Amino acid sequence: MTATNLRLVPSAPAPARWLGRVLAIAVIAFFAIFFVIPLAWLLLAPTKNGNQLGSLHGESPFSFGSFDQLAHNWHQLITFQDGIIWTWLGNSVFYSGVALVITILITIPAGYALAMTKFRLRRALLITTLMVMLIPNTALALPIFLELSAVHVFGSPLGVILPFSFFPFGVYLAYIYFSTTMSHDLLDAARIDGAGELKVFTRIAMPLATPVIALVGFFSFVGNWNNYFLPFIMEPGADQLPVQVGLAVLLSSTPAFNPTNAAALTITLPELALATLVSVAPVLIVFLFSQRFLVTGLTAGATKG
Amino acid sequence: MFSSGYLLFLLAFGIGPMIYALYLSFTANGAFAGVDNFVRVFHDFRFLPAVQHVALFVVVWLVTLIVLVTILALVVHAVRTRWLSTTARFLFYIPGALAGSASVLLWLFILTPSVSPVAGLLDALGLKSFTQIVSLENLPVVFTIVAFWTGAGGWIIIMYGALNTISSDVMEAARIDGAGPFKTAWYIQIPLMRKWIAYMAIVSLAGGTQLFVEPKILNLASRGVVPQEYSLNQLAYTIAFGPQADYNGSAAISIVLLVVAMGLSAIFVFRGGLFDRD
Repeated sequence: MTATNLRLVPSAPAPARWLGRVLAIAVIAFFAIFFVIPLAWLLLAPTKNGNQLGSLHGESPFSFGSFDQLAHNWHQLITFQDGIIWTWLGNSVFYSGVALVITILITIPAGYALAMTKFRLRRALLITTLMVMLIPNTALALPIFLELSAVHVFGSPLGVILPFSFFPFGVYLAYIYFSTTMSHDLLDAARIDGAGELKVFTRIAMPLATPVIALVGFFSFVGNWNNYFLPFIMEPGADQLPVQVGLAVLLSSTPAFNPTNAAALTITLPELALATLVSVAPVLIVFLFSQRFLVTGLTAGATKG
Repeated sequence: MFSSGYLLFLLAFGIGPMIYALYLSFTANGAFAGVDNFVRVFHDFRFLPAVQHVALFVVVWLVTLIVLVTILALVVHAVRTRWLSTTARFLFYIPGALAGSASVLLWLFILTPSVSPVAGLLDALGLKSFTQIVSLENLPVVFTIVAFWTGAGGWIIIMYGALNTISSDVMEAARIDGAGPFKTAWYIQIPLMRKWIAYMAIVSLAGGTQLFVEPKILNLASRGVVPQEYSLNQLAYTIAFGPQADYNGSAAISIVLLVVAMGLSAIFVFRGGLFDRD
């Protein structure tokens, strides 16, 4: 295909362009289907019962069940273990939310300091930040656990919230933002007018930093909400889990995957699908609202951690 | 001082854990133990298989990621119809919202023939049961599919952003010289994307070695067909939390993984040039 196309280019530009366009659309369509099918299925599965969900009973996997069934599955899910799903969701909101606030409070000033001020060991701090930010956060999870269990901060919300608040990538984003958009002259002018360093930061830098605050907040929240390993090892109690770890508990209570479980305390497959959907709903909503800025490529380098 | 709060967190949750894990990995009951801990975990019967599992997955994952992300970014960038390009990027990206256990759980459904929306396709590929699909030799591909589904979109958008930085003069000159879209991609766009491809490769390589949540969830779902110590992080977890309760051995594995991650990030920070803003 490629070779044919190359030969066609100089002699016959029009058919080549046409062929190229068809090929491009075919590739996009194929992968769009790949990316969308699981999501579409996930949105529809909670409206069915276990039988309708089965692919052997003639129901199309992309048919809509009924709202009654959805309500029934919802009821089953929220009564499982006296509504523990609410506890898990609450934990997720609590851990990711508090961490988000702390992250913004320490990250934005640090990026500002690295970009706009001079201090001893500035370069060392910058290089260390870059190094640590490229380390996957999973790599630090066990060492953080070992450290925190040595100082007995283990099994408390702080054991998750404090590590969640350490976000070197956010510092890097803030550093890049301040160093490319803010002028030293502006800050100097304020200083000459008698503003102290703190005032320069809060009155001039902060109001201009809204875009990067949103960006850091976005990545911090999404990353922490979906984090599995750290809360998994840090929180031993079933009522301390964030919802992403709770999902694994639900999975263990699903007889289709674990037939040994007592039937009275179980979760069916549509309920498990509903739980999966509920567990990512806040992040999905954030994604939908950030749609415009997400697809522009402004977030370069930003999604991995 | 504006950076003091961050500095504190960097010491407590970045540098501190590394140093403490280093200390644990070279000691036993507080006394210096040389490389004993490392020797012990390296001789664990589960260690070598875990290294092989992770290595195989990382190879399959990296090759797939690099080839497909490059192609998809070029294609999406070449599409002139604006809404189509924007929609495609958004659709590719949205599964990223499920990163973590949710995406593994969702793929559990997709790969279970009795409920899968693509049961026909699985059947056509000769895959009859979930247990067969998650057999040991299929796992690198299964994990690659899940990781690609959740992570590729973000990279495609990053590459798309990089392609946008290529000046239109260069592209125009290529067109005038008679280069078609394939030649332009091969001789102009891909060389200019190389830095970003390297970045993606390094970050994904470092991330791939950390494999944990995917085999963990599959282990729960497959009644042990996927072993409990499939990956290195799972093994480190079992050594610390299992009957051995061996924090020193667990720290030794963590140190091995950290050295790999640090080495990769050091290559990037000191030789990559992506961060040459200072």
